Amino acid sequence: MDYAAVVFLEILYMIAFLALTSAGLAVVFGMMRVINLAHGEFVMIGGYVTIAATRAGVDIFFSMLVLSPLVVGLLGLVVERIVIRHLYGRMIDTMLATWGLSLLMVGLVTLIFGNTAVSVTAPIQSYQVGAYQMGGYNLFIIAVAILLMIALWLVLRYTRLGLVARGAMQNADVASSLGYNPQKIYMWTFTAGAALSGLAGGVMAPLTGLLPSSGSLYIAKSFITVITGGAAIISGTLASSIIFGTVDQIVSFGSTPVIGEIVMLALAIIVLRLMPQGITGRFFKNST
Amino acid sequence: MTGGPTFGVGRVRWAWFIVAALLLLLLPAVTGTNTPTLLLIWALFALSLGLMWGFAGILSFGHAAYFGLGAYTYAIASTNVGESTGPLLLAIIVPAAVAAGIGAMMFYGRISDVYMGVITLVVTLILFKFMSATAGDAYRIGTARLGGFNGIPAFPVLNVPGDTSITIFGTPFYYLVTVLLTLCYLLCRWILGSWFGRVLIGIRENEARVELLGYSAPLYKTAIFTISAAMAGLAGCLFANWAEIVTPGVFSLGQSAEVIIWTIVGGLGTLAGPIIGAIVLGYLKLLLGQQTLIDNSLVLGLILVLVVLLLPSGLLPALTRWRTRRDRASVSKRQAGSTRRRRGHRGDGR
Repeated sequence: MDYAAVVFLEILYMIAFLALTSAGLAVVFGMMRVINLAHGEFVMIGGYVTIAATRAGVDIFFSMLVLSPLVVGLLGLVVERIVIRHLYGRMIDTMLATWGLSLLMVGLVTLIFGNTAVSVTAPIQSYQVGAYQMGGYNLFIIAVAILLMIALWLVLRYTRLGLVARGAMQNADVASSLGYNPQKIYMWTFTAGAALSGLAGGVMAPLTGLLPSSGSLYIAKSFITVITGGAAIISGTLASSIIFGTVDQIVSFGSTPVIGEIVMLALAIIVLRLMPQGITGRFFKNST
Repeated sequence: MTGGPTFGVGRVRWAWFIVAALLLLLLPAVTGTNTPTLLLIWALFALSLGLMWGFAGILSFGHAAYFGLGAYTYAIASTNVGESTGPLLLAIIVPAAVAAGIGAMMFYGRISDVYMGVITLVVTLILFKFMSATAGDAYRIGTARLGGFNGIPAFPVLNVPGDTSITIFGTPFYYLVTVLLTLCYLLCRWILGSWFGRVLIGIRENEARVELLGYSAPLYKTAIFTISAAMAGLAGCLFANWAEIVTPGVFSLGQSAEVIIWTIVGGLGTLAGPIIGAIVLGYLKLLLGQQTLIDNSLVLGLILVLVVLLLPSGLLPALTRWRTRRDRASVSKRQAGSTRRRRGHRGDGR
């Protein structure tokens, strides 16, 4: 029974992890059809901001929930203005340019922080489930992921901002004829996506520790989560997070985490082959 | 200019080709062969991607998968067999077979560019993760231990076919690589000049039109994907022989990124471009590796961003364009046509 509870919690955590680290990429891909290969580095930099701020004496929750999104959001704004905006409509070029950015950021962070692992202790104690020791911080991550999904849904569904964003996503020409500048919408969407990535990085930092190359840990998982999810931001991310999170953890418990990850990646290829438009391209077509 | 579909591409290009080949043959007289050998292996790797990406419009974000498969296949097979001729062939066949399977799955599934990028990337990641996790005795193929992060050291290097006592290394190995690169270049030229190459270029220009003419685009794309992977596998096998150790690093994202950067910087839609790009940027990488002030990936990343933004078709085509504009030759009309062509197949975001 205890063991079942542990497995369940681990699955839940994996789903939360996938949803949280993919949200930023999902917003950018869903709204703008831009694939940001520097997403992993946004997450990584978010983590570094949290660690650096905590070491400087800032409260850890403040740094991960406020500072990381702010700093990475600003970075996203700069990146959009300098690089991305020249490449709209050229998907492959965007992927290449953002891949270049990702290498550039890895290089910059290596230059600043050095190629050594940094970490910060998790601010929440662990607790007992029967005979098992569980990380209490995992519960915090699950809570953040749930709140984030709800908040995203509320914003997209019930605010003026969300309406404009969804309108521009469906038809940029109509949105612009109604007086909304698509360039501006894209700019803020990219910034918001980057901020979400920064948030994910900040929240994950105490758990994983960081290297300049940590971004590559996230990029593959976020990538397959978002792409197999399809264009619908929330239902797509949730659907694929649930599928991949469950499969990954069940296989991991049965064998090793590496096999779990490999099975997850292989499954992604199969799903993509069967549903080239992603899960939400096939099911839940009218969701957000 | 670029991508001329005929084999007889004009005297000027063949003159360049002969000059380059002579330079490569005379190089050992001037300098050591260790670094040039590595650069030429990288050039072969870039050529394999340039053939597929520049002429058929297929971009693999994980071409390192086939490079790495070639390296690992050679290392595993030569450890087991004890000689090198069979393993060398296997190192070409295995990546080609894997690519044929993956290519058929993607192209017959009519998966769009972006999703293809994701799938090719994920394949590389799977191989990287798997090979990194194979430490310990449980993971062995025949007598070869896969060795996890540490890789496979000390396998037999290339020997003269039929005689394992004469191994090929140093300057003879340099000549072997030079000859293989030249042969592969000529093979590419021949492919591009044949009907097969014309169909491929047609697919790059307008896939629907080619299909309406009765050609099966998935078949041709799978075929060129396979050929390109075979060539990458050969490069991987040579790399294994150069390094004399194979580690999961051959499957890394960095390796995939580098070959893309070499190819696009050198020039898409040319064969010489990727070769030159690999040699120049590869040399730059080795130079940067000798100092610790500036990180290598910082420079590479910056180059990639700048090239995509400012020079999307690469150096060589840009240079050719500039020269033609200067000469004000009568071919200016054809130039404009081919520039538009290249922008088109990469830019429409389908």
